[in-house]
Amino acid sequence: MNGRGRILVANRGEIAVRVVRACHAAGHEAVAVYSDADKNARWVELADEAVHIGGSPAAKSYLNTDAILEAAKYSEVDAVHPGYGFLSENAAFARAVTAAGFTFVGPPPEVIELMGDKASARTAATAAGVPVVPGSRPVADTADALRAAEEIGYPILVKAAAGGGGRGIRPVRDRAQLEEVFAGACAEAQSAFGDGTAYLERALPGARHVEVQLLADDHGGMVHLFERDCSVQRRRQKLLEEAPAPDLPESTRRELGEAARLLGSHVGYRNAGTVEFLVAPDGGFYFIEMNTRVQVEHPITEAITGVDLVAEQLRVADGQRLSLSQESVSHRGAAVELRINAEDPDNDFTPTPGEITAFDQPGGPGVRVDTALTRGDRISPFYDSLIAKLVCWGSDRQQAYARAGQALREFRVEGVASTIPLHRRLVEDPELLAGPVHTTWLEERS
Amino acid sequence: MSTMNAQLPGVFYRRPTPDHAPFVEVGGKVEPGQTIALIEVMKTYNEVKADRSGTVSRILLDDGDEVEAGQGIVEVDEV
Repeated sequence: MNGRGRILVANRGEIAVRVVRACHAAGHEAVAVYSDADKNARWVELADEAVHIGGSPAAKSYLNTDAILEAAKYSEVDAVHPGYGFLSENAAFARAVTAAGFTFVGPPPEVIELMGDKASARTAATAAGVPVVPGSRPVADTADALRAAEEIGYPILVKAAAGGGGRGIRPVRDRAQLEEVFAGACAEAQSAFGDGTAYLERALPGARHVEVQLLADDHGGMVHLFERDCSVQRRRQKLLEEAPAPDLPESTRRELGEAARLLGSHVGYRNAGTVEFLVAPDGGFYFIEMNTRVQVEHPITEAITGVDLVAEQLRVADGQRLSLSQESVSHRGAAVELRINAEDPDNDFTPTPGEITAFDQPGGPGVRVDTALTRGDRISPFYDSLIAKLVCWGSDRQQAYARAGQALREFRVEGVASTIPLHRRLVEDPELLAGPVHTTWLEERS
Repeated sequence: MSTMNAQLPGVFYRRPTPDHAPFVEVGGKVEPGQTIALIEVMKTYNEVKADRSGTVSRILLDDGDEVEAGQGIVEVDEV
């Protein structure tokens, strides 16, 4: 791109707005794409040009490789940024983008492929000397699974090799239950992901979800930007994330960062990625998976490090060096992100599409709101339920949470139900404020 | 003849997963409470259940079509 280029933003919603902003701040032009439902969207308005790519259902637009490539050719871009979700971790898409002569803003397709399959990602981690959760190779049938489970020890998780985002995981407490559910779990994986391969993993009760942000360039630069704790989850979906991870021993923090870099180097990682770990109550940590794209919760890392992760993604894609080194990067204060979803927390988190009739955003020091919505916009039923990400930074954890509490009192969303009431309770929750919680904490108490 | 409508807006599916046969075909019988389609709303799949009995005479949408709340999805000849 030689410094100034033209970039197709192959996504929608708040991340499309985020990438358009980063393009403009770096002196690039941004080309947006949109479906029927998104014709008047914020990222379309902010971009230099916008291309209609199809009908409202994602399969007809944001998941349609041909339509996106057509848009890239038509608008004569240099590069394609996939955002998160949709085609961002689809190796075939990355390959098609590259084959058509565009730069893919992400890792090479073979790295996406290697790390996208959980079983091959595990093998890669083991080869890199990074600890993995005790588990099995893919198991063939119930008898094979029972043998493997004896070696691992119960409780275990049956995981679909092609699953992700918390889907395709079945907890099993003992031998009798495994015998009962294994075949069904494989059949489910086959129909959900087109691949019935399953493997087993030890369940780690009381573990936290801690992930490390990586950045890597084509010149040997490989930097970790510390960790995020994403243990506040519901049905394995993250609701609140914070950085740094509270009360993590300094030695563990250092080891996690080093493990992430080791794995990144081993697989030839490029661009931004996230290495996810479980940290057990005894301090042991285990690799679980790698996300080969920018993460929803990336702003909390930006808040504590001052590094613009999407700007670095664009530099790397342009063949430049990262603007930072491991020695130069540091973190300050604490940040918390709250995912404001159009879901009704008092009605089993039922999604609530509809028109937003009031939308007053909070402000003040350390407060950032990433959203694509304004008053009068419709939350469409076709996509995910994310309304906004509220990110609050403070000079310490207590201030970050206090600012989050004030911001949530100011944040007014009407017309659809939202998770704001849940977050108001969460940021004042004595257990959460007192220190680390584990990944099933929220579900066990409600 | 009468029409059964979608209660929710979203994406219409005639089958539980892409590899499965449709819930109902033209000429098939439906009973109240029987699942006849899925509507995906913000990545959540909601079952559409028949509210009367009859024989399906027409299916008004294809897999992956967008659907509005209140839009007709299946026509039945009531018995």
